[in-house]
Amino acid sequence: MQQAIEADGLVKSYPKGVTALDGLSFEVQQGTVFGLLGPNGAGKSTAVKILTTLTRPDQGRASVAGLDVVAQPDLVRRAAGVVAQGSGVDVQATGRENLRLQGQVYGMRGRSLERRVGELLERFGLADAADRIARGYSGGMQRRLDIAMALVHDPTVLFLDEPTTGLDPEVRAEMWSEISGLAAGQGKTVLLTTHYLEEADQLAARLAIVDRGRIVAQGSPEELKRELRGDAIQVELASDGAPEQAPDGSAPSAIDGLPGIREVALEGRMLLARADDGGRAVPALLQALEAHSVAVASVRVARPSLDDVYLRYTGRTFDAAEAEAAEVSR
Amino acid sequence: MTLVRQTLYMTVRHLRELSRQPWFVGVTLVQPVIWLLLFGALFKRIVDIPGFHGHSYIAFLAPGVVVMTAMFNSAWSGMALIEDLNRGVTARFLVSPVARQALIAGRLVKEAVVVVIQSLIIVVLALIVGASFPGGPGGVAALFAVSALLGATFGGLSNGFALIMRQEEALIGAVQFIVLPLTFLSSTFLQPNLMPSWIRHVADFNPVNWAVVAGRAATSASPDWGLVASRAGFLALLLALCLAFATRAFQSYQRSV
Ligand SMILES: Nc1ncnc2c1ncn2[C@@H]1O[C@H](COP(=O)(O)OP(=O)(O)OP(=O)(O)O)[C@@H](O)[C@H]1O
Ligand SMILES: [Mg+2]
Repeated sequence: MQQAIEADGLVKSYPKGVTALDGLSFEVQQGTVFGLLGPNGAGKSTAVKILTTLTRPDQGRASVAGLDVVAQPDLVRRAAGVVAQGSGVDVQATGRENLRLQGQVYGMRGRSLERRVGELLERFGLADAADRIARGYSGGMQRRLDIAMALVHDPTVLFLDEPTTGLDPEVRAEMWSEISGLAAGQGKTVLLTTHYLEEADQLAARLAIVDRGRIVAQGSPEELKRELRGDAIQVELASDGAPEQAPDGSAPSAIDGLPGIREVALEGRMLLARADDGGRAVPALLQALEAHSVAVASVRVARPSLDDVYLRYTGRTFDAAEAEAAEVSR
Repeated sequence: MTLVRQTLYMTVRHLRELSRQPWFVGVTLVQPVIWLLLFGALFKRIVDIPGFHGHSYIAFLAPGVVVMTAMFNSAWSGMALIEDLNRGVTARFLVSPVARQALIAGRLVKEAVVVVIQSLIIVVLALIVGASFPGGPGGVAALFAVSALLGATFGGLSNGFALIMRQEEALIGAVQFIVLPLTFLSSTFLQPNLMPSWIRHVADFNPVNWAVVAGRAATSASPDWGLVASRAGFLALLLALCLAFATRAFQSYQRSV
């Protein structure tokens, strides 16, 4: 099947020797949310700018909805909706005027345009503020207006460059449900860039980790995490009312050797182990403990986070990479 | 047709912006009014210089001030574009199918409309302080037309510079560098026969002078319409060049993002 977005070996450098993209390649399947995850300066926005025809790659090729971004920019522009990293709202116009002009630019007009504008204002909770100047909108309202504007011509592919950065957690959660609805409910393809590990985890069916203009890993969030050394399982052993009493030293031997369980260790009252798929391993583990009459107080399975994934593929933590980028830009 | 419609949409946006701050037109009129009244009073006696044709300096000056105002204010047109660049508004339009020409032309049409409004105010004021326009309403309309052409031309130039420089300070420098010399290298304040000959020759190639010459001819008692048409033609040609330049300048901007 044809991919909704294809990027193949994109290279782009800026004056002063900054290589923003260094052979970036990825594909996004139609109707899915794809996340580009990376720290500041990784090249996410540069990739979006190329894919949305704002700028051209030095090398490589890319297509959106099957259309080449360099050879057929006008067709790409019709197929794509774009929410840039900074807002693109005209703050001297009202929300309605912004939406109307955006529609007109895509060739819409008359009653059908007014209807569409009204619909979007309603859907993004801007109906009451529709005729107020956008300068007075809150950050969340401006962002919602940005997204509404990107949707006015009903694009098939939507680019959202850090749509939730700077929003408070409540507004962010609302935005998340709106974004997942776009792909699930309306069959749109969404490319989302983000700094937030949990955002990529939550929204993206597949994601790519970008570092220094290259993709260092890609897959579904689950796949990426599974490629790590497995989940951590922590079993808290019950102590039969006597808190100081050391647990039965037979606990580790009870589970050692179970299929898929590794690195068994006892630390105080915590029985630690690793498993490729922690969720699957737990029932057998509990059974084995029960068979050895070891009482269990609680069990926790800790999934590796995308942070762990990032660390594994780039050799530094996400926070360290962000700090480094901040250093460079200073 | 699409281009015309898109230009109209953009013009509506800019005029609406203006209508929300109408005092702006007034503020930009302060300077020309001072030119008109102050220079009009200061150089009142110029008419006594042998070789000066006519007997009222303010009547001579008024069309010049109309033209000058058109240029001065339109030359700042690029400032608003830089604000749009900084706010991401231009980038949003550039990833839409809208024609680049429309993005510039919309601004120029707005400048032309502002020029006509301001020119009207200046002409009324000039009439109050004793100027006359013997060419009648038709002549005044022609003066407005060449002023609007000149305003749009400088608006185009300014927008092109804005896209290439992308910084307010740089644009301010460029505008100031251009605007005053062009005014003084023209017959805005003085009749050509009283100017040093080198200035007279330079003025022949100065678009501001084309507009002043055409505007003054059109409002005179016996207009030389051939002269008006030729200067208007030069201006129209230059406007087309500036529009093309500004449209191309988007490429420079897009290379920088
Ligand atoms: N217009 C530009 N001119 C010069 N350098 C640029 C420009 N845009 C981006 N860069 C540089 O290219 C690199 C990639 O930038 P880009 O904006 O694509 O990163 P990003 O992943 O979007 O970062 P962020 O998370 O901060 O938005 C950075 O080093 C940046 O400084
Ligand atoms: Mg970015």
